[in-house]
Parts: sequence; C-alpha cells; structure tokens
Amino acid sequence: MEPIRLQTPLNVEDTAKLRAGQTCLINGIIYTARDSAHKRLVQLLEKGEELPFDPRGQLIYYVGPCPAPPGKVIGSAGPTTSVRMDVYTPALLEVGVRGVIGKGDRSQQVVQALMDNKAVYFAAIGGAGALIAKSVIQAEVIAFPDLGPEAVHRLEVKDMPAVVVIDSLGQNFYNLGRKEYSKR
Amino acid sequence: MRIKAEQISAAVAQLCIVANRELPEDVCVALKKAAEKEESPVGRQMLESLIENARIAKTEQMPICQDTGMAVVYVDLGQELRVEGDLYEAINAGVAKGYKEGYLRKSVVRHPIDRVNTGDNTPAVVHLRLVPGDKMMITVAPKGFGSENMGGIAMLKPAQGRQGVVDFVTSVVEAAGANPCPPTIVGVGLGGTMEYATFLAKKALLREVGAPAANPLDRELEQEIEQEINKLGIGPQGFGGRVTSFAVHIESYPTHIAGLPVAVNLNCHAARHKEIVLEGEEE
Repeated sequence: MEPIRLQTPLNVEDTAKLRAGQTCLINGIIYTARDSAHKRLVQLLEKGEELPFDPRGQLIYYVGPCPAPPGKVIGSAGPTTSVRMDVYTPALLEVGVRGVIGKGDRSQQVVQALMDNKAVYFAAIGGAGALIAKSVIQAEVIAFPDLGPEAVHRLEVKDMPAVVVIDSLGQNFYNLGRKEYSKR
Repeated sequence: MRIKAEQISAAVAQLCIVANRELPEDVCVALKKAAEKEESPVGRQMLESLIENARIAKTEQMPICQDTGMAVVYVDLGQELRVEGDLYEAINAGVAKGYKEGYLRKSVVRHPIDRVNTGDNTPAVVHLRLVPGDKMMITVAPKGFGSENMGGIAMLKPAQGRQGVVDFVTSVVEAAGANPCPPTIVGVGLGGTMEYATFLAKKALLREVGAPAANPLDRELEQEIEQEINKLGIGPQGFGGRVTSFAVHIESYPTHIAGLPVAVNLNCHAARHKEIVLEGEEE
C-alpha cells in the first residue's frame, strides 16, 4: 500500500480519517519533547501560561537527538519510549496538539484522549536514528536549552516515515498485529 | 608490566565512538536472517529499514541510535599488569572524550531524583574482573534505556523449577511489547544471588548473537524460551510478526539451596559492543 503523505499543521479531518496500521510520510514542522520538556510544558499550561509554540494542529515527536556532527543539521534522531509521556499527553491534546510520535504502547487514558480529540498516535522506527535523521532538513532549539538533548526543537521534516498505531477510533495496531501473529 | 591511564582513556574513547556507529557483524547477520524469516510484510519492511539504518550509520559515521546509552564497561585486568593512575578515572575520562568527540548524546543525570545532566555521559558503570596474565581487555557496551527499562528479576522458589523460569522470562518479554525495540536479544542470568543474576543477564548480551550456552541445561532452556517468545506474535517494532527476539542467551551460576534467582536484561536490535585488548610495556 502506498504511504499517505501528511503536511503539518494537520486539521481534524486529516487525522480523523487515518487508520491503525497505515504508513505515513510526515512533512512540515514538528516539535520535539520528551520527559523533562513535557513536565515543563504541562506546568506552563497549569499556570495558564503560553507554550513556547502554538500547539494547534501540531505534532510532537518524542526524541532526544544526538548533537549534530559538522555538516549535518541534526544527529541521530529516532523515537523514545512513549509510555513515560502518558501522564502529560492528554493535557497537550486538549490544547490542540493533533498527534504524537514515539514508540511503544500507551495507557487507556491516552487512547481516550486521542479519541476525544480526534488525534493520532504514530510510531517512528525505533532504533533507526541515523535513517530518520536524513528526513530532517532543519533543526532549531526553541525552548528549554538548559535541558540539552531534552530541549524542545523545532524540526522541519521531509517524508519522515511513521506508522499509525492508535487512530482516532481507538484502534491499536500493536494489538491487531500481535493478535494476527500470536500462536498462543 | 605497566600501562598508563592515558592509554586506557584513549582506548575507551575510541571504543565508545565505534560501538555506537558500527553494528557488530553478528547482529547485521541476525537482522538479515530475520528479514528472510519474517512473515509479516510490515515486519519485513521494518527489518529492511534497520539494515539500511546500520549501513547509513557506518558510512556516514552517525550513531546507530540516538540513545547512545549509559556506557557499561567491562575490564578484564591481568593481575601482572600495573595501572599507572586511577583506573576508574581513566575510564570516565575516556567516556567523556568519546561522547564529546563522537557527537554522541549525553544521557546521564547526576542523581535519579534531581536529574541534572552531567554533561559528558559520565560516570560509566564499570565491571572489573582480575584475570591471569599481563594484558587488559576492555569491552564498551553502550546500553540504551528503552530496552534497559523493560528488564526484570524474580526470586523464584526452587519448586517452580524449569517451567517457572520459562514462564517468567516469557512474561517479561510479553509485557515489554514494542518498548524495547524488538527484535531483541534476551539476556538471562540464572542463579547466584540477586545482584549476581542481574550481572549475568547483562553479561549474556555480549555473547555472539545465537551462540549457544556452554552448559547443556542452559542450552536446552535457551531453545525452549526462544520458541515460547516467538509464539507471542509481537514481531519487529511490535507491529506483529514471527521474530520477536533474535536469541535467548543464558548465563548460569551455582545458587543457594533455598533460591532460584532469574534476571532478564533485554537488548534492543542495536546490540552494541566493542572490545580491545591492551598490552602493557616493560617496567
């Protein structure tokens, strides 16, 4: 099946029609955040303050990239395990984040928040950091530089591969795939 | 015979860089074999991407994975070799140099609660063993925490026996799902004490992928557990498939009459490690 090309920012119609198991190529601006950055982003929301970027229609990528070697825009940049962000994700989806990219399964609360907000959870290829870095054409730290690799980066990506794992209906590709191949 | 601390630092720095950029040949072979065996089309596609990723990392001198790990360093020190200077400081200086000069990610925080990044990926975790001879073998195994977080330990009752071990190891892999970046290598430490079982589980990951254990009891267990794991259907990246783990490696040790410790340490498909043997000079 041909991959689906997505261009950020995404509207509700874009994500509502995606289905678990579909392969996508992501294009445009995405924002990085992992454990410490999520904690700070949600603290800002709790205080009623603005986020360092407009979250509406955006994708957040769970990654802490390697430093860029000379001549490259970024170092290796594959996804980190998403479950650690579970406690923070619903709040970010509530303010308009349209999807998140990581790896590994999510909590029921996150699945519900994805359904409530017609958002999508994508998996990038875990451990393919060098390959994924080739999809990044621009990178810039826009918040929390003191966090080092955990700072929020604004990335411009071209045809970054990702798989829809949990769609806006709550269907989960990990469960579907495992069921199909389980011999127990 | 003697060896200078600076020589150790330089070797460790180089090992950190190479281990993070060049996937060992046996792991490349395991990926290719898995791609031939995998029935799931998405699974095959993922394995092809990982093979391509390893190629890019090597040719473009990029880290295989952005999680360049906490550096686990094994030192087999010949008892007739004298280290001039502080061995642990020398290792950490090498780690700091390697992670800086190799553009590797600094992923270590100074305390698990306040979580301030140390900025140079130190300290390493060092496992020192004295061995006969006058040489020094250093192995650097950068360990990412996507897989490290998914390990487990159980102090089983002797009555649970062999089946208890099979069930526990399989349950750890099942619960880990997609998180540790399958296909994984499953390191199992069997016996000893609680902390020694976990040490053995990690050490088992250094073995050539799929090379069987020396002890026939361990060998049979490895095969049985591997079969059980690959029935789970988790598959490459957890998207469903036949190849959930490349191999199960068991390291065992005598234990107490009252105990059956079993530890599981998972390694992602990027099973990185690099070794060197250093020779000293005459005093």
